[in-house]
Amino acid sequence: MKYAYIANGLSLKLDTETCIGCGMCIEVCPHAVFMPDGKKVRIADRSSCMECGACMRNCPVNAIQVQTGVGCAAAIIGGILNKGNPGCGCGEGCCSNG
Amino acid sequence: MNPLSNGPISFRRVVPGSALTTKKQVIPVVSAKLVLKDTLGAWKVRWGIGRSRYRVDPGLYALGSPIAESPVMVTANYKLTFDALRKELAGIDSWILVLDTKGVNVWCAAGKGTFGTGELIRRLGLTELKKFVTHRTLILPQLGAVGVAAHELAKATGFRVVYGPVRAGDIPAFLAAGMKKDEGMRLVRFGLYDRMAIAPLELSQAWPYVAAAFGLAVLLPLLERTLDAVSFGRHLLVFVSPLVVGTLVFPALLPYLPFRAFVAKGAVLGFIWTVVLSLILGLGLWEGVAYFLVAGSIIAFIAMNYTGSSTYTGLAGARLEVKYGLPVLIAAALVGVALAAFHFVPLFIGGHFS
Repeated sequence: MKYAYIANGLSLKLDTETCIGCGMCIEVCPHAVFMPDGKKVRIADRSSCMECGACMRNCPVNAIQVQTGVGCAAAIIGGILNKGNPGCGCGEGCCSNG
Repeated sequence: MNPLSNGPISFRRVVPGSALTTKKQVIPVVSAKLVLKDTLGAWKVRWGIGRSRYRVDPGLYALGSPIAESPVMVTANYKLTFDALRKELAGIDSWILVLDTKGVNVWCAAGKGTFGTGELIRRLGLTELKKFVTHRTLILPQLGAVGVAAHELAKATGFRVVYGPVRAGDIPAFLAAGMKKDEGMRLVRFGLYDRMAIAPLELSQAWPYVAAAFGLAVLLPLLERTLDAVSFGRHLLVFVSPLVVGTLVFPALLPYLPFRAFVAKGAVLGFIWTVVLSLILGLGLWEGVAYFLVAGSIIAFIAMNYTGSSTYTGLAGARLEVKYGLPVLIAAALVGVALAAFHFVPLFIGGHFS
């Protein structure tokens, strides 16, 4: 089953000029956002992108930019209350799936 | 040069529970078999008991009787994660390199950077892994890619990273296929089991609210001087059920509820529950409206916070939920409380509660 969420993948940018088509982004993406496209890669399913940043981190030529962060409302509320950035405390409450 | 003082022969006789000792470190030998203690431990942390202390020591482990050509699996030091990995490695002699992720699972630790390139480089140095294996390949869980840059690691250490499957259960098939993944192994799923896995934890954390709701269910019938089993049961249903619906029913129904925003999905579920409860208890229109405004807001709030447990929500969307959803929920709940008060206060004054 494929889930869809609001505002997903809006910050994901792929610089096709720089892309060398190594496929690392396809390899690490947990939501099959990328597809091979000739000798390059293209964004095939932007709305499934949860902006985890695995592709950006593993792109050897820095062709991918994405604004990463925790998609967790509780963390955002915590950030507002503490007047800080939304950070996942993750001590308790979330992130418990092994 | 083999740093194992005993050499490979006696190495094969090493039994789980014992350890290999080199000049510099002790390498525990572990089994793929989980014992009762592991199962009980997993059950406990699912209920949130001692969860942040459920760890294994970072370092190198031997599973079965690995040799210099055996695969190296990298994982986090959350024991639930470590156990999930070794359980799937039955019959696969291998090395397990445990990073210090402060007891957090791979995906979340990768997001924080503790399951990261820096820690991996450091751990490779501390364990002197190069002396134990002849190959230079590390198998990492794919979700670790959020924190590890394979090309940077190769440059710094000479080790090549292969991102294995998302789920440990796919590792045997992945290895049998010559370290190749099919698309199914790459995708994060969020099936019923995954969605419910966190429910006990959420429930255990909600206990102060459950206790408060329980208290209300006792207090109100007392005020009405009608504390009998039926009245208590009705109040229990009214006050406690939103917490249970939000925590247990919402994750179960997540894919079937309309709208994409969790807060909207939760509001729909709150409406459905209001209708169901109104039918069960025979609530009047205004009682129903007040109930929806308060209980629906609570359910929608719990639903909104479930974004943190889901595997597909991004930051931008969660921000939108909080920015637009939270004020609406607070306002609705306040209006609902006011409505309920107007409904009940005249009854108090009249002194004829039914």
